[in-house]
Amino acid sequence: MSELKFVKTLKEIPRAEHFAPGHRLCAGCGIPQVVRMALKAVPNPKVVVNATGCLEVSTTVFPYTSWGVPWIHVAFENAAAVASGIEAAFKILSKKYGKQKPKVIVFAGDGGTFDIGFQALSGALERGHDMIYICYDNEAYMNTGIQRSGATPKGASTTTSPAGRVIPGKLERKKNLIEIAIAHGIPYAATMNPAFPVDMYNKLVKAASVSGPVVLHYFTPCPTGWYFDPSKSIEIARLAVQTRIWPLYEYENSRVRITVPVKEPKPIEDYFKLQGRFRHLLEPQNRWLLEEIKRDVEENWNRLLKLASQ
Amino acid sequence: MRGKLVGMNGDRAVAYAVKQADVDVISAYPITPQTIIVETLAEYVNNGELDAAFIPVESEHSALSAAVGASLSGARVFTATSSQGLALMYEILWIAAGLRTTIVMAIGNRALSPNINIHCSHDDAYAARDTGWLQFFAENVQEAYDLTLMAFRISEDHRVLFPSIVNLDGFILTHALEGLYVLEDSDVKAFLPKKEPVNPVDPGKPMTYGALDLFDWYMEHRRQQYASLESARPIIKEVFEEYSNLTGRKYSPVKSFNTEGAEVAVMILGSSAGTARYVARKLAEKGKKIGVISLTQYRPFPAKELREAIKDASVVAVMDRSVSFGSPGAQLFMDVSATLIRSKVRPLLFNVIYGLGGRDLTPAHIEKVVDLAESVMRRGEAPEEPVWVGVRGDEL
Repeated sequence: MSELKFVKTLKEIPRAEHFAPGHRLCAGCGIPQVVRMALKAVPNPKVVVNATGCLEVSTTVFPYTSWGVPWIHVAFENAAAVASGIEAAFKILSKKYGKQKPKVIVFAGDGGTFDIGFQALSGALERGHDMIYICYDNEAYMNTGIQRSGATPKGASTTTSPAGRVIPGKLERKKNLIEIAIAHGIPYAATMNPAFPVDMYNKLVKAASVSGPVVLHYFTPCPTGWYFDPSKSIEIARLAVQTRIWPLYEYENSRVRITVPVKEPKPIEDYFKLQGRFRHLLEPQNRWLLEEIKRDVEENWNRLLKLASQ
Repeated sequence: MRGKLVGMNGDRAVAYAVKQADVDVISAYPITPQTIIVETLAEYVNNGELDAAFIPVESEHSALSAAVGASLSGARVFTATSSQGLALMYEILWIAAGLRTTIVMAIGNRALSPNINIHCSHDDAYAARDTGWLQFFAENVQEAYDLTLMAFRISEDHRVLFPSIVNLDGFILTHALEGLYVLEDSDVKAFLPKKEPVNPVDPGKPMTYGALDLFDWYMEHRRQQYASLESARPIIKEVFEEYSNLTGRKYSPVKSFNTEGAEVAVMILGSSAGTARYVARKLAEKGKKIGVISLTQYRPFPAKELREAIKDASVVAVMDRSVSFGSPGAQLFMDVSATLIRSKVRPLLFNVIYGLGGRDLTPAHIEKVVDLAESVMRRGEAPEEPVWVGVRGDEL
């Protein structure tokens, strides 16, 4: 891996852009950052497959497009399957007719990954297609207006898991996407966060060097769905890591490494109080749920530490 | 007949044609009665007889999704399905056509659930009729083979660029062993050269496929797609003729038998057409003249050719291997009705439902249909509701 161009500072990241600035994503949205980074870190030739979702509807409003690379959208639940077809096609076309094989990058939201796209993703991982699958996770169905998904964290209020008087938001935990992905025996998986762009870039560089399926799980704040001021986006993203709610780590050949250690975590309340979706958790009657979430976060972190030390 | 005579069932004949077409990508999921097609193709690939990528996907939805990706990437692509599998693909059928892929798909026609039934109905073929795919119906194993080869040629023609479905009746054709003539590989190669994709995925020439259309463009795109599909008609005919010249086997969108001067005509799709012609021949010996019309090309619907074939008839019995719940008639009946409403000649029409879930259609059933057609002609009035043949209870 020594020949890979890892960076130590933001300034070393290539300046060339393959994603035009005139897209229609909301101010404060974290999605365009992972797109820009991925298109910088993954060398040419490359092809992008996009599931239906915020990214798709905001960047390709006919007759405009923000994409400087081949980009395909087919449907909501099948991005991994479409990518499988493209990858297999280029592999055989390169064998039969000498066509150059591009790297296939998939972008899909948490709905298109954790829920409706889960089966297609699992199939593609099991078959071992050479692709980088990036799930941009804003923790709910934001494109349709803030409905809960399998990625919505415990305690969050969404329009289909509202903080009511009897049931105070979503009561179930978030699926563990990375470990489900790794259970398929894939070579590389990692979490990413926009407040840590150097960490993100280097993981993308590594992902591009791997042959076989890679799953990258990207945390993306959503001002519209989480109810916060767009200027707070990166602050919230950073707090997610600093509170240990969103650990930054990677699995490489089944070995875990925490890439951004958090020695002294900040209080979870610091993260919650900035967002409307969690505000109810700070009320006395929901204290039990807040305590439960704290226990979950601690448990998860300790488990990761244990895995990392093995 | 050009080529060599071999014995194969319909599924194997389709697979053999796909092999000769030198496809690049096959993405498939097993479902009875189509499974033998993809099993045979997997054998070809794993034995090195066919240099292709075989993607053993986890569902039909992914089978067609992967096929769309592969087709847009410039590959020649094949998949196959039946019944519930086609239903699971349904949303992608529209997208495959709208993105102008050139996928060829075989359907081993099978009834939809409930109750679960693996035998022949045309529910699945009909479910795909509005999605923008070209559709062809095979009458026997030979046609299943021939139409598969022609489908690639038609779909990939730069004046067409729409995906194709080749229908073959489940079990009746998919599993029946028949003699057929297969072309030499060199003949196929000359008839069907390597795919030359139009605007394929190319990192050197970035394009956006499947963008968001709001109210400002969606309608224009649908209008263009409609016009493009219409303009494919003469090209399909052209390929049919070229193939007929190559093989000596006659192909045309509409197949007419004894229709010239016949007052009664029976219309039917797929393998049952042979039974209908058998009865018509038998009745001809008794001095009756019964026309039989079947369609090789189902989508785009060959309305003009059908009007020509039907021009002498006073009564047409339209036979459907399907039910369309709550509608004035089953699917082919509605197609034919819509076609004849624009015709100067207006024969009386009635709808017959037959053969659901693999129920045999016997010559006696066809004779009953002919009897009814003749009484309709005498009375000058056709039944309002579809009539059922071969069913317990209120049979015709």
